[in-house]
Amino acid sequence: MRVPLSWLGEWVTLPEDVTLEQVHEALVKVGFEEEAVHTSELVGPIVVGQVLSAEPEPQSNGKTINWCQVDVGEAEPRGIVCGAHNFAPGDKVVVSLPSAVLPGPFPISARKTYGHVSDGMIASARELGLGDEHDGILRLAELGLDPAPGADAIALLGLDDAAVEINVTPDRGYAFSIRGVAREFSHSTGASFRDPVAAVTVVDAAETFPVTIADAAPIRGRVGCSAFATRVVRGIDATRPTPAWMSSRLRLAGIRSISLAVDITNYVMLEFGQPLHGYDLAKLSGGITVRRAAAGETLETLDGVVRTLDVEDLLITDETGPIGLGGVMGGASTEISDATTDVLIEAANFDPVSIARAVRRHKLPSEAAKRFERSVDPRIARAAATRAAALLVEFAGGTLDVLGTDLDESIEPGSIALALARPEALIGVPYTREEVIGSLELIGATVAVEGELATVTPPSWRPDLTDEASLIEEVVRITGYDRVGSELPIAPPGRGLSRTQRARRRVAQTLAAAGATEVMAYPFLTAAAIDRFEPGAVAVKLENALDAQAPFLRRSLLPGLVDVARRNLSRGLTDLSLFEIGGVFRPEAATAYGTDTNPSGGALPSDAEIAGLQAALPPQPWRVGAVLVGDVTPKQPGQAPASSGIADALDLARQVGLALGLTVTAGAGAHPALHPGRTAEILVGDVVVGVAGELLPAIADDLDLPRVVAMLELDLDAMLAHAPVQVAARPIGTLPAATQDLSLVVAEDVPAGDVLAAVREGAGGLLEHIHLVDDYRGQGLPEGSKSLTFALRFRAPDRTLTAAEATEAKLAGAALATTRLGARARE
Amino acid sequence: MSDSPQITEQTVGAAVDAALAAIAEATDSAALKAARSAHAGEASPLAKLNAAMRDVPADQKAAAGKLVGQARGRVNQALAAQEAVVLAAEEEARLASEAVDVTALPSRWRAGARHPLSLLMEEMSDVFVAMGWEVAEGPELEHEWFNFDALNMDEDHPARSDQDTFFVAPQDRHLVLRTQTSPVQIRSLLERELPVYVVSPGKVFRKDELDATHTPVFHQIEGIAIDRGLTMAHLRGTLEHLARAMFGHEAQIRLRPNFFPFTEPSAEMDVWQPNAKGGARWVEWGGCGMVNPNVLRSAGIDPDEYQGFAFGMGIERTLQFRNEMNDMRDMVEGDIRFSQQFGMVV
Repeated sequence: MRVPLSWLGEWVTLPEDVTLEQVHEALVKVGFEEEAVHTSELVGPIVVGQVLSAEPEPQSNGKTINWCQVDVGEAEPRGIVCGAHNFAPGDKVVVSLPSAVLPGPFPISARKTYGHVSDGMIASARELGLGDEHDGILRLAELGLDPAPGADAIALLGLDDAAVEINVTPDRGYAFSIRGVAREFSHSTGASFRDPVAAVTVVDAAETFPVTIADAAPIRGRVGCSAFATRVVRGIDATRPTPAWMSSRLRLAGIRSISLAVDITNYVMLEFGQPLHGYDLAKLSGGITVRRAAAGETLETLDGVVRTLDVEDLLITDETGPIGLGGVMGGASTEISDATTDVLIEAANFDPVSIARAVRRHKLPSEAAKRFERSVDPRIARAAATRAAALLVEFAGGTLDVLGTDLDESIEPGSIALALARPEALIGVPYTREEVIGSLELIGATVAVEGELATVTPPSWRPDLTDEASLIEEVVRITGYDRVGSELPIAPPGRGLSRTQRARRRVAQTLAAAGATEVMAYPFLTAAAIDRFEPGAVAVKLENALDAQAPFLRRSLLPGLVDVARRNLSRGLTDLSLFEIGGVFRPEAATAYGTDTNPSGGALPSDAEIAGLQAALPPQPWRVGAVLVGDVTPKQPGQAPASSGIADALDLARQVGLALGLTVTAGAGAHPALHPGRTAEILVGDVVVGVAGELLPAIADDLDLPRVVAMLELDLDAMLAHAPVQVAARPIGTLPAATQDLSLVVAEDVPAGDVLAAVREGAGGLLEHIHLVDDYRGQGLPEGSKSLTFALRFRAPDRTLTAAEATEAKLAGAALATTRLGARARE
Repeated sequence: MSDSPQITEQTVGAAVDAALAAIAEATDSAALKAARSAHAGEASPLAKLNAAMRDVPADQKAAAGKLVGQARGRVNQALAAQEAVVLAAEEEARLASEAVDVTALPSRWRAGARHPLSLLMEEMSDVFVAMGWEVAEGPELEHEWFNFDALNMDEDHPARSDQDTFFVAPQDRHLVLRTQTSPVQIRSLLERELPVYVVSPGKVFRKDELDATHTPVFHQIEGIAIDRGLTMAHLRGTLEHLARAMFGHEAQIRLRPNFFPFTEPSAEMDVWQPNAKGGARWVEWGGCGMVNPNVLRSAGIDPDEYQGFAFGMGIERTLQFRNEMNDMRDMVEGDIRFSQQFGMVV
């Protein structure tokens, strides 16, 4: 809401020389956030001039300019060059004199042009910031003005006014008006407030213009229209100009001047907060009926669009059918034109829910709808209609007719019980009874006190006050939020972070320490991206995705990580180790999620309903993913580059396992997006908890990625389910160890991991440690075989092992590898 | 044994002099080894003199023994001393030859980094955990009842429009991407014993196009405390404590009236940043208020017995003004240079 200061000052006493900052500060205190300030940005001297003569002078460039003599109230006229032609000698215009500044900023100086010294500039409406609808020079006669030459045009046109813009929260619809803001300014500062509604004397219309409210299908039990006032003004001249002060205020308030009649309805709307609509009475057929639309009905709205109506739409109709979408936008058939002489002013009150739904349905936000959606004071319809009619009489030259409507079926606001001790109990401030009652009376409520209980009837413009808490908020607001004290509450002893939370943090720290950089990708994916990693998988689809091409929610972190890798590569960052920890969305095939119905709030649903809500969601496990591209360490003095690959992905998997207290192992795996020979399933015991590998080169190529892109994804929830809650320690043997090597020849396709596992198992308890030290193929070995060399360390807990004992254990290990995998000792 | 040398002061003295001269000349290990062998070895003159002891008459044995013994002692001492010198010199030379240019050493591992938003969420959560609060979590894809209805936002609330909220298809199944972490508060109230003191950090979703100040996916931390006798002063005290933990001891909180469906009274919270770049200032930080009785009723809690407060702030916004960041896009694009400038610290 934009609030011109001159207008605000008409209804609440502003301090002398009040600044925009002071007004903002006062309004912030009562809950209206500062949005902006609006000033004309004009610097004088900008004065009224009278054109004495205008000599057309054709120029070599084909243009014709006017060399004018203009009386600006000085002893001698000024010579001014003007390129426009929509004026004549005798016209009064606005002249910017040298040293003036127009919005832009565009400083004016005496300058030589077209063979003359132009001693100022004759201004257009656009140059003055008065709007962009008029080309050419602003002729003051068009505004109905006839001031003396030399008069200050800035004051004359209201260009010395300025506006504050505030944010009005949805509960305070009444503050979309000068009336509401002036009242709140008064609450904040104590300045004296005059209610513009009270300044209007409402008299019932002598003859009734027939209006019927016939809402056959109220929404959520609320009748769509509760009040409907009309007034009729006959014999207006619709072409008369809008007074300069009015168009100035409208402009500052952010509303374009259209025509006098429309400007007047907008002006009263801004002042009262009551939207109004003007009909050309001659185009109305019979009385008005307010009803819901019938299926298939259409209406051409003022914006020239023919709209197909919904049965929930609330219509203004006459005998011809729909003539307006109630509270949202009028219809084209009864629109006021320059030829209109008789006007019917409507000021009605529409239900917020009806209007909000219509706005959303038709995507048709309007100034009127904005107010109705947030509730309009139902008691001001007649005053607003009366005021608009009076302005039409005053400025459009009409006369008030006997015809009118004074329908008010609005419900009296209900009263609310407030225990006078409650504000202190909820806020912690020892408010006196006087403060509580006084605050509520100040905002316009009626308060009846009996003992410790107050019965509060909120004012008609505050439908948001519905319960005790809302009244207490008013007490805090009026007495000041700065009164609220500060005290640290003592929570009961907590359990700290959960095991899962601690585990996730350890995993993230571990990966970062292992050289990976944490990123956060959006979860929105295309069908192709989902399909690439899980062909045929079902993904959650959004009804209204930002990018219609990417409406699916990720089932895996990998597509997002790949996207992030591509972005980094495109920025010349070629060596990447990225990780993300986050949720994925994994609906199961042929499963309907969600619920048919939705319980309403304000009451605990039944156990069955709650269980239904809990069960309505697809599985959303937490995962950790990583993608590696380029070199782990670059080429450096004395060191070749170490390029990343599946080994690095496997190492990260091991690191994650260690962070969770798990030893993970790798087994040959398969994945539709990964290299068939470079894919590992990650296991905890026998349970597959993830996958590691290198992206299929064909996919890498499609995505403009290097040939080797290593990746890893682990299901953190599954890993945690198998992770130890605490570690059972084994004693550490201190007796000497015996170390031996073992070389076994196996077929090339036998996994080294299987050989190692067999040796470990066969060697038994004396084997403390084993690792693969060499994988040899080639000369000296039969075709199709390889030699694996393991380093083994044996130790007994209770004695120094002899070499013979160690050898015996080693041979037992080799024997099992032979039995299981056909391994033979290498000669 | 006629060729046995005579043990005299001359013969012993000559052997010692020759030995000491050879030792003094030995300046590396090999030379020293040779000197040792020549002058202290089995075939050395002193060894031969020592062997000649058996021919010395008994009455002269003591004097001769002393003479030879002292001589061997001197030689061995000289050997040991020279060996120390030689080894030290050799070690010094070796160290000199092993010197590297420490400014040109290769790096063996890569430095990673946490995302500052994660670190900030952890840091803020820890402030509450230290006060005995717990950290609660909930699903990102949420049922409308938890995200809206239970939070006193009825079916016609503007935030429920498809302009602001991502709906899961089909829309009439009532699933959304949560627009706030507040549904976790409802879940906490349903699942936990009262009193409840929890914060819920996490990811939320709103239908805003990505630009310098908006992102459709962002993070919040919200808190709720429901107990007997909690007042708005407890709300302010809690927020002040958090502000001091995050912005320094002189940070302050200012509350301004505002509107949220789930709280009444509601307040906008500004934080006074004494150390802000460009001078101390008030910065809008988040929303808060006393939990609306309708929210408590949705969770089956009697608002006449229990009351409490709730608050929430954006993590991106906090990072923006706390760490002087201008462009929201840097936080979401995953450019490694962004996280790496933070490393492990936010």
